[in-house]
Amino acid sequence: MALDRWIALIILGITCAYGYAAFFTMDQLLPPFMQRNPIWPSTFPKVLSILAIITSLIIVLGLEKSDKPRDEDPSMIVYRKLAGYDLKSAGLLLALMVLYALALRPAGFLLSTVGFITIGAMILGERKLHYLIPIAAVAAGVVWYLVEGVLGIFLRPLPFFLG
Amino acid sequence: MLEGLLIGLSTAFSIQNLLMVIGGCLIGTFIGMLPGLGPMSIIAIMIPVAISMGDPSAALILLAGVYYGAIFGGSTSSILLNAPGVAGTVASSFDGYPMARKGQAGKALTIAAIASFLGGTVGAILLMIFAPMLSSVALLFHSAEYFALMVVGLSAIAAFAGTGQVAKAILMTLVGLMMATVGEGALFNMPRFTMGMMDLQSGFSFITLAMAMFALPEALYLVMDRKRSSPGGETGKIENLRISRSEAKAIAPVIGRQSVQGFFIGVLPGAGATIASFLGYAVERNIAKEEEQKEFGQGSVKGLAAPETANNAACTGSFVPLLTLGIPGSGTTAILLGALIALNVTPGPRLMTESPDIFWAVIISMYIGNLVLLVLNLPLIPYIAKVLTIPRNYLIPFILFFTLMGAYIGQNNATELLILVGLGICATILRFADYPLAPLLIGFILGSMLEDNFSRSMQLADGWGFILDRPMTLGLLIIAALLVLIPSYRARRAKARQAGVADGD
Repeated sequence: MALDRWIALIILGITCAYGYAAFFTMDQLLPPFMQRNPIWPSTFPKVLSILAIITSLIIVLGLEKSDKPRDEDPSMIVYRKLAGYDLKSAGLLLALMVLYALALRPAGFLLSTVGFITIGAMILGERKLHYLIPIAAVAAGVVWYLVEGVLGIFLRPLPFFLG
Repeated sequence: MLEGLLIGLSTAFSIQNLLMVIGGCLIGTFIGMLPGLGPMSIIAIMIPVAISMGDPSAALILLAGVYYGAIFGGSTSSILLNAPGVAGTVASSFDGYPMARKGQAGKALTIAAIASFLGGTVGAILLMIFAPMLSSVALLFHSAEYFALMVVGLSAIAAFAGTGQVAKAILMTLVGLMMATVGEGALFNMPRFTMGMMDLQSGFSFITLAMAMFALPEALYLVMDRKRSSPGGETGKIENLRISRSEAKAIAPVIGRQSVQGFFIGVLPGAGATIASFLGYAVERNIAKEEEQKEFGQGSVKGLAAPETANNAACTGSFVPLLTLGIPGSGTTAILLGALIALNVTPGPRLMTESPDIFWAVIISMYIGNLVLLVLNLPLIPYIAKVLTIPRNYLIPFILFFTLMGAYIGQNNATELLILVGLGICATILRFADYPLAPLLIGFILGSMLEDNFSRSMQLADGWGFILDRPMTLGLLIIAALLVLIPSYRARRAKARQAGVADGD
């Protein structure tokens, strides 16, 4: 089974759960006066879940035929050739983004940002640290000034133990 | 109308807003030039900045400037490197790149800039004529018709999404609509589908979703596929920006035709700059004289002017449904709609009467934006083109950093960053499997409006009767169904014919 049909199967599962919630669990909490209303909070989700289940079944069962083969489009990444792509860097960068999200509050904006840009560039193969770290530091400083000073959104600049 | 125009002029010509146009165009050109980053990603990155400015007209002017700049920047990299940054400028590389190879890069850029300028200008004039007309018609719509009109818009977007598989696009639209129901709705103050998580109480943030759907997968693609970010060809010297009188004569009728055609294609939901530019190219090739036809693809000035005019006119045209109906016809205008809603402005037929300053200032600033691109960006192009030499090792971490910052500024919450990464991974996998992502975002943004209008009409008609109450509602819903069913029916027939099965008629 091709990847797109597997994805449709997963979406089918999600929509079934969504539909179950809409049809069987949401209305129990509804106060009596709202039950006289022609529209309930669950009405629109019910319609959506039915339509989504039908559509994802069409894809899972392969009822619709595509009129264009996708391999002809060179700008698309074709997942069958996935092994040829640089998946390791992409995965590492994603992990780094998660790490950044977790570090942003405790380590402060400046430190985590310099770390993020430096490590990110090193994952991609950059080795000239004497350029990289100053550039990252200047960029972090400028962005911090713009966000804090111009936009007025608080960003803790320094690690928690420094203030 | 004249009064509104004057209000618009005075708003658009304030120092702040002029700076916004200029800044937006420059930023857009800069980033739009980078291969692989489309206008949607750029606008998504710029939205937090625009929203936190607080002034809706300035914000919309900035974002519109970025949009134009991105399209212009995209054509620059198409011409110089044969590496279009934006899908709407792919057709410009057909003739623009051969011209650059022949050493006429400067001339190609000038033609592109002039064609874009004229396309955008004619588009802006047509917008000035048609938007007020359409919004006075739209004032007659009831919520039932509005609901039906949005359904038509969504199905048209799904039908034209371009991957040839309508079911996938519809499924993505529905997923977007389902995501919009998460959190507390306006009509019922009761949390829905939050799974007990506090962070989902106010629903998904549209900025996070826009970043996750467009900016993050683009950046990850750049990482995974080295070829994408390395320039395909050598950047030639950009000199001699002048064009000759005969060339100007040759492209004048092309620009005239394509600006009108492009505008009307842009107005249609789902058909944006990309379709307009390809169609413009094809039409001009077909009606050209025979000896000129041979030049197409070899560096024809007409072949460059046609898609450039059409894509800019279409960009302007795509603002018509946004400003008059509040229904975006493309991913980019959907993002603009989200930004406006975040700024407490609801675009729709009453925008023109309620806040004429926004409505007219945007239209006027589109014109100024085109002028800025011609006067300011064109002479600067040789310098701006240097951005193409930024090494990817520096570029990619910065793109990722800006997507993270955008999501963080929007919500001021570190959990948002984790949601961003999670949704970004999902979006990348969906793109692998050729699921179009723009319908998802458009569905998400229209979701709450769609449900509000649906609920209102249900309440007014006390049930499902609203569908039959007014003939227009039913008619629109039938059109929506046909839009979805016809392409898949035709695809089945084409497939059946290929297999040698005789068809019924």
